Amino acid sequence: MASDLLPPGAPVAPETAGDTTPGRRGRRPDRLREPWAVRWLLRVVTVGYVFFLVAWPTSLVFRNAFADGSQAVVDALSDESVRLALQLTAEITVWSVLINLVFGVTIAMLLVRYRFPGKRLLSALIDVPLSVSPVVVGLSLLLVYNGRDGLFGRTLENIGIQIIFSAPGMVMATTFVALPLVIREVVPVLQEIGDEQEQAARSLGANAPQTFRRITLPAIKWAVVYGVVLSLARSLGEFGAVKIVSGNIVNQSQTATLVVEQKYQNFEQTSAYVVAALLAAAAMVCLVVVALLRPKETS
Amino acid sequence: MTWFSLLVLIPLAAVVLTASTNGWDGFWTTVSSSQTASALRLTVLEAIGVTVLNVVMGTALAWVLVRDRFWGKRVLDVVIDVPFALPTIVAGLVLLSLYGDQSPLGIDVANTRIAVFLALAFVTLPFVVRTVQPVLESLERDVEEAAASLGASRATTFRRIILPSLAPAITAGAALSFARAISEYGSLVLLSGNLPNRTEVASVRVLSYIENGNEAAAASVAAILLVVALLVIVLLDLIQRRVARRGE
Amino acid sequence: MSINVSGVTKKFGDFVALDDVSVDLPTGQLTALLGPSGGGKSTLLRIIAGLESADSGTVTIEGNEATHLPPQKRNVGFVFQHYAAFKHMSVAKNVAFGLEIRKRPKDETARRVHELLELVHLSQFAHRLPAQLSGGQRQRMALARALAVEPTVLLLDEPFGALDAKVRKELREWLRRLHDEVAVTTVFVTHDQEEALEVADEIVVINDGRIEQVGTPDQLYDEPANDFVMSFLGPVTRLGGSLVRPHDIDVSTTEEPGAVRGTVQRMLRVGFEVRLTVALEPDHAGAAASLSAPTERETVEVTVTRATQRHLHLEEGQQVWVAHTEGARAVPERAVLPTPLASGA
Repeated sequence: MASDLLPPGAPVAPETAGDTTPGRRGRRPDRLREPWAVRWLLRVVTVGYVFFLVAWPTSLVFRNAFADGSQAVVDALSDESVRLALQLTAEITVWSVLINLVFGVTIAMLLVRYRFPGKRLLSALIDVPLSVSPVVVGLSLLLVYNGRDGLFGRTLENIGIQIIFSAPGMVMATTFVALPLVIREVVPVLQEIGDEQEQAARSLGANAPQTFRRITLPAIKWAVVYGVVLSLARSLGEFGAVKIVSGNIVNQSQTATLVVEQKYQNFEQTSAYVVAALLAAAAMVCLVVVALLRPKETS
Repeated sequence: MTWFSLLVLIPLAAVVLTASTNGWDGFWTTVSSSQTASALRLTVLEAIGVTVLNVVMGTALAWVLVRDRFWGKRVLDVVIDVPFALPTIVAGLVLLSLYGDQSPLGIDVANTRIAVFLALAFVTLPFVVRTVQPVLESLERDVEEAAASLGASRATTFRRIILPSLAPAITAGAALSFARAISEYGSLVLLSGNLPNRTEVASVRVLSYIENGNEAAAASVAAILLVVALLVIVLLDLIQRRVARRGE
Repeated sequence: MSINVSGVTKKFGDFVALDDVSVDLPTGQLTALLGPSGGGKSTLLRIIAGLESADSGTVTIEGNEATHLPPQKRNVGFVFQHYAAFKHMSVAKNVAFGLEIRKRPKDETARRVHELLELVHLSQFAHRLPAQLSGGQRQRMALARALAVEPTVLLLDEPFGALDAKVRKELREWLRRLHDEVAVTTVFVTHDQEEALEVADEIVVINDGRIEQVGTPDQLYDEPANDFVMSFLGPVTRLGGSLVRPHDIDVSTTEEPGAVRGTVQRMLRVGFEVRLTVALEPDHAGAAASLSAPTERETVEVTVTRATQRHLHLEEGQQVWVAHTEGARAVPERAVLPTPLASGA
């Protein structure tokens, strides 16, 4: 999953010719292996590092969530503010994933199939949301869409649409940070399949929507699903950008991640851990789904 | 295109514009004020430290994942992705539960600069691993054998052949990890305590400027973060071109 | 004897790559290890280089026991099928690598690199990166790199396998001339019999982890030890229960004693030769005792020269008599001769 979150600048390994001799494939000769001591040292250091930095702390969150028994978990989840926050997170996630799905596939098609001025710039800018701070994202949206002195915010406010401190702003922030994920999955697949099949379909009399639906879509199906799962994980967990544009109003514009922060700071630790564990579990499910999808796609 | 402009381009341009409303002097006054300057200094130093750590540990992890074989390796491979998937606020909580005041290890680093370092190390863990791993996998065994038959020891082969081949990937991973580290916010909220002049980082500074209604100042700091992010993208593009030139 | 391999066995899991192989490879010569893919020839070469270790058996190089020496200490030059270029180094740096490892003085290294690049005709590319060279040029660079350290033996693993046909042909002629110039003991692995026959002083045929035959190209072609060697070294066809080369069959348009009657089914002209497919008559009564009568409509492939075809006015549908050419080698089918010549040709 991780490698898919990297911008395309990350070096891509060249294809190497396979070794055709049976028996030798995939096996390293003893002569070129590191000494026993070096191998063990590396194993212990790396496994230890990951264990203390990631594995153990993560498992503790689940432990802490259930530390006060299952009743405490039920209580925490039935808390009004938690319930509303989870509901809001679900709504925002669905919207931003849908938007990213539609625009992601469209932009991917645009980038691969058409030539236009500024195409390289666009494809580089697509990656900006991956490397820019969520706080900066939040601020940038705030500056443009706030109802007081925002560039578009005032006009929209006048016709009765509020973006900042309400759901549309939060959807926008979430969409922004997850924007490249679908595009980055679909673009390489589109490039790989080429447009011969599409041209063949056109020559057989299919119109553009038919070609897309019957030829292009089946080919990019798995990449789309994969991108959607990644966007889902990212959208569920967005914190910084949403915090700025939402105003963080309890029971109104508070998402699950914001609830975690607030509960923890209000010394309702169990609630914080329960919601955190729930979010962590959702992230894990996404990880597993992605891990299961990958081999299917390549085979 | 319009949609992309409305969502991304215009808002980001607005950040730069707002930063420049008070002119160069206003910008400079903001970023050189003692609290902001110390936040920026801390952010950059910690990000550099974490990036160095990631270069070493990330390369070692990639090496172990590709070249070694042992029980539980697949689990290690999956666990490395956890920091990517976990919401950042949860990441902060996760670290707090092992390194906070209720630490089962008895290590309490909450609200210190060590905590900031831990959080940054956590969220940036996968970058170098995941950029180096595929390159290491595709490294031809022939090349190492050629070096060996020319008389190079394993250490020399690593230093003169393997490391230079991995260098672009390591640099790319380091750049990503640096960009992520300087822009990190969520995981620090609970863990670092955001103590001014001590554990406060740039992102937190931006947020508190916003909360105080000082948008121009917020935008000034944000513009710095934005420029670094753009520089990283440019760097990655350059690395990719270089690799393409070297490749076949 | 330069390289002595004795009783070497190598297994990869259940797969037996080499089964008790013993062979001597002579000093100063150009030897080909020839055989089909997966037959063990590359493994043998890699064991000689120290890139693989044998499960049992010994290897000596120029009289030095080398079985347990790591590749770094064997002083062999190795050339790989896919060039194994150090991609981040210039051509000159690639060639200098082994010399730098040996900590030779800078000026000596520079001089030697210059000489070698002259030798492989890459002087003008010294400062290019390998990626800017063609496949053939890259392989010449790899050869120069291997020769730079003045190896005791030069080992080449399918050196021309990744190149296209024309370059391959040029490069093997060039290798032959280079070897005559440098005269280092050279062993190369190939699955292309034409390449082996054209370039090598001596050929070792390896199949299924065993050595089938060792000999000069002529010996192998003219006196194959068994049907495998015969069919691997060139085209074969079946006539009267034994294997013969298609050009070792005489064709006549009149009945000859000992010849089998048949009909020309197909005729294909390729350059100066003409390939005939002759369907033998099932009920032919004139079959000689030496040839068991064909029981069904067997076909035999015959190659004749264009001149012969003209002279005999051969055409499709014509009745002909075919017989083994006098003195030509015919190997009985399926009757594999006892394993010959394991050591010393």
